[in-house]
Amino acid sequence: MKKEMICIVCPVGCHLEIDDDLKVTGNQCKRGEVYAKEEVTNPTRVLTTTVAIKSDITRRLSVKSEKPIPKEKLFEAMAILNRVWKEAPVDLHEIIVENIADTKVNILSTRRISK
Amino acid sequence: MKTYDIVIIGGGSGGLAAAQAASDPNLDVLLLEKDAMLGGILNQCIHNGFGLHRYQTELTGPEYAQRAIEELRDCNVEIKMKTTLYHMEKKQDYLITYINQAEGEITIRAKAIIATTGSYERTRGAIGLPGSRPKGVLNAGVAQRYLNIEGYMVGKNIFILGSGDIGLIMARRMRLEGANVLGVAEIMPHPSGLTRNVVQCLHDFDIPLYLSHTITDIKGTDQLESITISEMDYTFNPIKDSEKTFEVDALLLSVGLIPDITTFNGLSFLKDERTNGAVVDQHFETSLEGLFIAGNALHIHDLVDWVSEESEKAGLAAKAYIHKRQGKKKCLVEVLGNQHINYVLPQTLDINNTLKDVTLSFRVKEKYDRAMLYLKQGEKTIIKKKARFLVPAEMERLSLPENIELQKDQPLELIVEVIPS
Repeated sequence: MKKEMICIVCPVGCHLEIDDDLKVTGNQCKRGEVYAKEEVTNPTRVLTTTVAIKSDITRRLSVKSEKPIPKEKLFEAMAILNRVWKEAPVDLHEIIVENIADTKVNILSTRRISK
Repeated sequence: MKTYDIVIIGGGSGGLAAAQAASDPNLDVLLLEKDAMLGGILNQCIHNGFGLHRYQTELTGPEYAQRAIEELRDCNVEIKMKTTLYHMEKKQDYLITYINQAEGEITIRAKAIIATTGSYERTRGAIGLPGSRPKGVLNAGVAQRYLNIEGYMVGKNIFILGSGDIGLIMARRMRLEGANVLGVAEIMPHPSGLTRNVVQCLHDFDIPLYLSHTITDIKGTDQLESITISEMDYTFNPIKDSEKTFEVDALLLSVGLIPDITTFNGLSFLKDERTNGAVVDQHFETSLEGLFIAGNALHIHDLVDWVSEESEKAGLAAKAYIHKRQGKKKCLVEVLGNQHINYVLPQTLDINNTLKDVTLSFRVKEKYDRAMLYLKQGEKTIIKKKARFLVPAEMERLSLPENIELQKDQPLELIVEVIPS
């Protein structure tokens, strides 16, 4: 079965097709082929979200996954992060959750909140 | 009354860069910020993709803000937080009245102003949405602040009008937080946000995008109950029997941003009806001497990196103005775009002043796969180059040559010549 996707490597936005044998068509450059293969074999995304924090200036602490995590783990990671409760101060890039959803990727704070 | 050399209004990405550039051991520079934290809208833009140009790395909004705040740390700039500007007028100098809890109401004098006040979202009223007026209809950026800073969801079943980047980003964000995002409607036949966002925010989560559709009814007496969308024909009239109705408790609008210079309504300077912002020269100075405007307060950017760069130039220019340029006469040359260009900035170049390091920013009207770009003054061609994949959603930039020499009394013309494919 063929799968269709739009390449997002550059602004051209080629419409790609990839079949079960990982043969890519519609790409105008080599990077499109790499992108399409990656997308069907192991699609990953950086997760950015927030966790609860007790602070004088905000109720949410923004966080991100240190590296992209498998796409199918996104909602599992969200469920874990929705149970986290931090208290200020929190430093920038402090580890908030280690090895989120067994991905071997840590969740880091993306802000410094001093009080 | 205390006198400052330069007062910067707004401590978001623009204000932070402007303040850093304007700072000087011998000048009194003041930055006013209405919120409890610096960084402005970057703080609620928790997604990544910022800073690829300025810092050569991919950052989230808060991380980008943090870098800009740290760069300002050792600069000679006084910062007032939770401070609202509420009156401004120009006598010999500028008179600024602000309010905060610690000082009450204070009036200060400033020799130069840099306005980095950002933009506001176009509202329901501005696009004339039909139907009743229940609660639950709100701007996407407001919903973003509620979710990412205040910590609450505005609804469980969401529809989004407008495929601008904020709308797309919020579709993903609400979905990740467990809401049901029923769709995004876009009146144009093409998405108005970046392709990357269409893919990663909509396709990834199977959120339908209804192109050439808009909202034709809103129902609900107290709380929003449902919305109806219709397909539009090429004259932007609804096609009969194309209606689809969705039961939703929140409708988010992502239908455009407008430079927020309402604070300066009391000052008279030339405006540009295409950008809804001010007319400026290459140093981001308006037609009112000593008033500089940069960032989204000048025109809407799609990348924060260029907001910082532009504001930095405004900061340096304000400093140069205080040191030597005050009262010097300008000789302005107009910059015009042809019929394929929506707007060009700066709209004027002051040829009595330095033309070093000047970048023209412009947006095209439609998508052009191939084009030739020309910059001409009269018969003289200054720049000629090929361009590919020009789209309205992406701001284009063109640097002027270092040794550029311009004649007075003749406009500079930026020409996009479309090559048929």
